[in-house]
Amino acid sequence: MPQRVFFLACALCLVLPAHFAVAAALRIGMAADVTSVDPHHQNIVSNNNIGWHVFDALVHVDENTRLIPGLAVSWRALDATTWEFRLRQGVKFHDGTAFTADDVVFSLERAARVPNGQFASFVQRIVAKQVVDAHTLRVKTATAYAMIPPDLNSVFIVSRRAAANAATEDFNNGRAMVGTGPFKFVRFARGDRVELARNDAYWGNEKGKGTPWERVTFRIMPSDPARLAALLAGDLDLIEQIPTADISRLRANARVKIEQKVSWRTIFFHLDQGRDHPPSLADKSGKPLAANPFKDPRVKLALSKAINRQAIVERLMDGAALPATNVVAPPVFGHASNLKPERFDPDGAKKLLAEAGFPGGFAMTLAAPNNRYVNDEQIAQAVAQMFARVGINARVETMPVNVYLSKARAGEFAFAMLGWGSYSADLALRALVATPDAQKGFGAWNWSRYSNAGVDVLLERAFSTLDEKKREALAREAMTAAMKDLAVIPLHHQVAIWAMRKALAYAARTDEYTFAHHVRER
Amino acid sequence: MFVYIIRRLMQSVLVLFIMSLVVFVGVFAIGNPIDILINPQADQEEIARATRSLGLDLPLAEQYWVFLKQAAHGDLGNSFAFNVPAIQLILERMPATLELAASAMLIAIVLGIPLGLWAGLKPDSVAGKTIMTGSILGFSLPTFWVGLMLIMVFSVYLGWLPSSGRGPTTEVFGVAVSFLSWTGLAHLALPAANLALFKLSLIIRLTRAGTREALQQDYVKFARAKGLSDARVIFVHVLKNILIPIVTVIGLEFGSVIAFAVVTESVFAWPGMGKLLIDSINMLDRPVIVAYLCIIVMLFIFINLAVDLVYSLLDPRVRVGETGR
Repeated sequence: MPQRVFFLACALCLVLPAHFAVAAALRIGMAADVTSVDPHHQNIVSNNNIGWHVFDALVHVDENTRLIPGLAVSWRALDATTWEFRLRQGVKFHDGTAFTADDVVFSLERAARVPNGQFASFVQRIVAKQVVDAHTLRVKTATAYAMIPPDLNSVFIVSRRAAANAATEDFNNGRAMVGTGPFKFVRFARGDRVELARNDAYWGNEKGKGTPWERVTFRIMPSDPARLAALLAGDLDLIEQIPTADISRLRANARVKIEQKVSWRTIFFHLDQGRDHPPSLADKSGKPLAANPFKDPRVKLALSKAINRQAIVERLMDGAALPATNVVAPPVFGHASNLKPERFDPDGAKKLLAEAGFPGGFAMTLAAPNNRYVNDEQIAQAVAQMFARVGINARVETMPVNVYLSKARAGEFAFAMLGWGSYSADLALRALVATPDAQKGFGAWNWSRYSNAGVDVLLERAFSTLDEKKREALAREAMTAAMKDLAVIPLHHQVAIWAMRKALAYAARTDEYTFAHHVRER
Repeated sequence: MFVYIIRRLMQSVLVLFIMSLVVFVGVFAIGNPIDILINPQADQEEIARATRSLGLDLPLAEQYWVFLKQAAHGDLGNSFAFNVPAIQLILERMPATLELAASAMLIAIVLGIPLGLWAGLKPDSVAGKTIMTGSILGFSLPTFWVGLMLIMVFSVYLGWLPSSGRGPTTEVFGVAVSFLSWTGLAHLALPAANLALFKLSLIIRLTRAGTREALQQDYVKFARAKGLSDARVIFVHVLKNILIPIVTVIGLEFGSVIAFAVVTESVFAWPGMGKLLIDSINMLDRPVIVAYLCIIVMLFIFINLAVDLVYSLLDPRVRVGETGR
């Protein structure tokens, strides 16, 4: 009896796919779970991805992580502590009400006070807001602060009317999910999918026509093979994050198209240059060393020379990576393009180690997460083997990221892997290499304990330099100084890859977002 | 009987208490949830603020005391990652898992007992041997791999069935179920089959062993001598007597299927609560871990209680709660 039902179900499934092809619907497979659709709750890629479809921000970012107008058509610094934003006219929310500066004020205030919200740091520098008229807004800061436009890229604008007194649950069930974005919110089934419908009145429509997709379904499928199988079976039209091992097979598949772009995520190694006796550093017989070898620039350079970045990119990552010189990717603001990747030179590395007083090398532990970055565990093992060739015995210790981060923050590692994605070099440097200072918010992720007053001064100047070009020059200078000094050892930038059925095209993005409105039928 | 049930429920409260204590200490030993949850742009002040708002700056004993006080009111806390009550998160996803688990057990029982009986009655026939070999494959092949193979064969190559996800649902007494539509059944078929495979093999082997043993018993010979038909001997006498170990295993396995169908749920992107547990452990979302394990403990206790009560139905010699006369 159950078998008869089973066969009937199979037969019906042959008929069903034809039905779905009628409406212009796009089905996208997401690689990470969406914890909520509240735009001011958690700052993770999957939540923000949904946010960008339903909401807009004042400032948007293009595929190369550069700022472009969003709900604000232009912005400028009136004086050292005042920024003025001219807002777009004629924009309507999904419920038909007009978008005004008042909604921006409400959104900025809400971002600061959502319980367990992670967007407060983007608005904390704003001390006053002034609504000049319905389409002009001025914000004041306490001191000269250049990062207001990039910060406001992270704050989604919600409707005061719809989201007044809204809690996260009100967004999840749709009551407050009223935005100005290219899609309207339909449904969020936690752990399963998010459904959206086209907003025909979107301000960003070209020539009066919007995106071709009337309905978009984001299916949450964190399992890589399952997501891939769904694409190959025709249950999905586009998926993100392809495991590197499957890339060559997909390229050879005639029914699948690949789009890729260098990602903002950079993989590098922190090495403890602050403490005198970091944990796990010892000579090969196990006795602790007299001094911290990572304090010697020759040792740091030797370690960087010992790594064969090209081999990692070609063999380990199957070409889905780019050797790195900076902690930010090439298209990013402040990237110092004058730096060249360190050439693989094991003999040079051994010579440097001998000069520094370690002709026989030493022993250390190399720590990395095993479930966070692409091929993180394999990269750690490969680098450890490369170090062994120049005489450094590196013991590899990998663990799930939830354990790893706690231990790393507690200072248990001397040599640790980290991945960072930023669309501004000064922001990345502030978190990673600036001298730790809780007051100023510097160095929150500076596991290297690197301290360079020159770099700190450059960063402080950059944050208060309101002129974009001058700020970029300062950021480049700070990056060059920190990288030449090997504050961290950069490894590679990941490459973000999307796979879709042959008839589609996607404008790949460095910030790794998957935007349905940028997917076109060819 | 009544006293017996009350006593069992009181024991369960003790188990719940110990369970919550173990989880608290365990999560504390793994790491600090804040490290996973915070936004990378956050500076030290923001991290401190977030730590305070989640109550993670208090010493562990005090955090546990706060938890107990809230639990006494039925509130097991808000999820750190989702910002909604942990119990609501779990109960939201429970119908999907229950549906999958019940379908899998149904397939396993409906196919397993007849196949096991057949293998037990005709152990040396081709059919009997094939069934036994098949059962070995059933519990040696890893669930993850079998699931992916099912998707490859039935979805990618043949295109008969959808590769993942849950079909459209309809509300029945306020609970969303998907087996009432053909599309829903199509979506349910592969995950249920994948989950059922291990249980199926287990039940086949148990039933076969029980049948082989029962057939040697005197009462079977006597029943045959009396002239009872084969069908009556097998289905009324033999089956009832071999059911006790099978019911025990089914009860235990049903609990574990509900609690730990993670692999199947991950592979088939089935929006159930098993995956919620693994994700919460990865994110150190302690309220959800505690709430989930407490609910699972209650579930196991109820299932075991039901199994014990079923014994007394199956075997008139067994009376629950009595210490012998």
